[in-house]
Amino acid sequence: MNAQLRASGSVYFVPPEAGAPERHTLTVLVDNEPGILARIAGLFSARGFNIDSLTVSETEHEKGLSRITIVTVASPKTLMQIKMQLERLVPVHKVHDLTAEGSSLERELALVKVAGTGENRVETLRIADAFRAQVVDASTESFVFEITGKSSKIEQFIALMVPLGLVEVVRTGLAAISRGAEGM
Amino acid sequence: MAEQMTGAEMVVQALRDQGVRHLFGYPGGAVLPIYDAIFQQDEVEHILVRHEQGATHMAEGYARSTGKVGVVLVTSGPGATNAVTGLTDALLDSIPMVVITGQVATPLIGSDAFQECDTVGITRNCTKHNYLVKDIRDLPRVLHEAFYIAGSGRPGPVVIDIPKDVQFALGDYYHLTNFDSHKSYKPQVDGDLDAIEAAVDLMLKAEKPVFYTGGGVINSGPEASENLRELAELTGFPVTSTLMGLGAFPASNPQWLGMLGMHGTYEANMAMHDCDLMINIGARFDDRITGRIDAFSPNSTKIHVDIDPSSINKNVVIDLPIIGDCGRVLEEMVRIWRSKSNQPRTEALAPWFEEIGKWRAVKSLAYKGSDEVIKPQYAIERLREAVKDRDVYITTEVGQHQMWAAQYFPFEQPNRWMTSGGLGTMGYGLPAAVGVQVAHPDALVIDIAGEASVQMTMQEFSTAIQYKLPIKVFILNNEYMGMVRQWQELLHGGRYSQSYSESLPDFVKLAEAFGGKGIRCEDPGKLDAAIKEMLDYDGPVLFDCRVTKEENCFPMIPSGKAHNEMILADSADIGNVIDDRGKTLV
Repeated sequence: MNAQLRASGSVYFVPPEAGAPERHTLTVLVDNEPGILARIAGLFSARGFNIDSLTVSETEHEKGLSRITIVTVASPKTLMQIKMQLERLVPVHKVHDLTAEGSSLERELALVKVAGTGENRVETLRIADAFRAQVVDASTESFVFEITGKSSKIEQFIALMVPLGLVEVVRTGLAAISRGAEGM
Repeated sequence: MAEQMTGAEMVVQALRDQGVRHLFGYPGGAVLPIYDAIFQQDEVEHILVRHEQGATHMAEGYARSTGKVGVVLVTSGPGATNAVTGLTDALLDSIPMVVITGQVATPLIGSDAFQECDTVGITRNCTKHNYLVKDIRDLPRVLHEAFYIAGSGRPGPVVIDIPKDVQFALGDYYHLTNFDSHKSYKPQVDGDLDAIEAAVDLMLKAEKPVFYTGGGVINSGPEASENLRELAELTGFPVTSTLMGLGAFPASNPQWLGMLGMHGTYEANMAMHDCDLMINIGARFDDRITGRIDAFSPNSTKIHVDIDPSSINKNVVIDLPIIGDCGRVLEEMVRIWRSKSNQPRTEALAPWFEEIGKWRAVKSLAYKGSDEVIKPQYAIERLREAVKDRDVYITTEVGQHQMWAAQYFPFEQPNRWMTSGGLGTMGYGLPAAVGVQVAHPDALVIDIAGEASVQMTMQEFSTAIQYKLPIKVFILNNEYMGMVRQWQELLHGGRYSQSYSESLPDFVKLAEAFGGKGIRCEDPGKLDAAIKEMLDYDGPVLFDCRVTKEENCFPMIPSGKAHNEMILADSADIGNVIDDRGKTLV
């Protein structure tokens, strides 16, 4: 059998990722207990998973439940692992892959500060109106807009604000929910 | 009825209610109230260790040899951080353990107080679950829930961090027993019957089947091993096991192939590579088992029975997953097999066993004997010969001696073999032996050790002396960190960087200094008599067995190679078999 030995470029336990990476939105129902966010974030960093966006907030106060929305980019095989590993955590009730389970709604909120004078101010307001962004603060030299929508819409709005005097942006990250009558 | 007591009293009461007889620990400022409560009772015996890491390995040995949850009590800060290695070890090997840590009083948390550390933060990724109990009203629930979580599903370590003011606080104690309706933690115990039936159908058609069993069978309890034996007898299939699963299937059975994996037998690895049906029961396709994963058992249909859904498809793609407890699933497999077939498929499997016979004939565990020096393999064979009629528990450290023990010491029963498989913790064996001996005071407990590993937790020999635990520490002393040296020989041109055990203590004098017995042997002709002397001594023994210095552990699947590319002891040119990319692996 030693004659069978031959050089091999293969590396074991580091198999090629099965399938191209996909962007998926997961929604996770958890007990709202201290450290839950660290538990989830620690799981992702310890196992080398990706987090593009993560939002967390208490949703059912009397039951002490929170909803965490995670956007991740991973191969189908890794996505399955992410789901399984999340479900293994004791305070996790349920994990749903909204992207895989069909149609869902995704929304994000951003506050966008833009400074400028003269013609730029007019143009800024015109674009904000088209995007249905609301002015939540104004001074003679600046606006703060509140904009809600899909991430792509918010990104487009921000891109348009850059030449008009974009100062800074804060975003909430994604909140997502499935369509239809069924709940989680 | 709820009864009012302090948090510290609740801890001890909960231990009693959980049936805990022993706990391993070390006192300190932040756990003094609990130690005071321990002092005032004698149902729960406290074993005082010398280092908190020792306490965790003792609890692991205790748990692994009894099936019960091992319990540890340590103080805040360094007490907790010293327990981290044992927690991680228990997590990787799925050992049920509850570790109670003291914490500074709640108003001081976050102030960098004396002996404060973020215990739940530090242990979050090395426990199955952990708790910081800030309110006395939560303490009874948390104490009982911790035992339930540690011992159910895929077992693992759980930490309960209790601030000192909560230990002093008064509250109502209650004993929780029913966790079946736990709001979020619901391990799946029963396997899907349709899947089990489909598995039996595949087994009825298989021509080259193999059972690949793991630590899950041991964790599931002795009935799982009984069910495995029954299923193996009914089907006539060959059985191999991981390091963690040794003892679930008797090594004396003709269907036994030996351990598989990096230092497994040739017949076990070749059977895994060439099989047409692999039935994995309670193992996790660890990289030490699979070798090169894209060449792993290329032509087989794979069934995987595991209580942890995240194990399925993690490393290897599975054709038929069955989520459930190994023992229950095996029981169903036996029942369904009986309803479909009334005899083992001896005839249909004859060609497969003929092939296996050829692999067995390679005698991959053969080694060159010597009259002059003690061969390490020979030492283990003679040790085994001397104790074969006794109920013996073996623990090990990590390295060559561990692999030799797994290869040359056959096990007939589950729960007799305690070793650090996943984490590979040097220093595990001696404290684990102490824990096993606490659980089985009349049994023979032997730590097969290496001279380097054993020095990592040597101080626990003192614990063995204090509690009159007659553990036998059988050190295969080759004056090297043997496995490190072997890899340096194979991969780094024989440059033995930092792997020589300089300035070794005189183990005989060391044993005597502790108050135990020391024995040295370097002559193969005197080995049997020396082993007898060790076994006859009623107390802890350090046995310094001087063995061949540069013996390698074979057979071996080199890094980056497949099961059918094993190298054997007589290989001509082992220095060149591992290619550059293989060298980057561990």
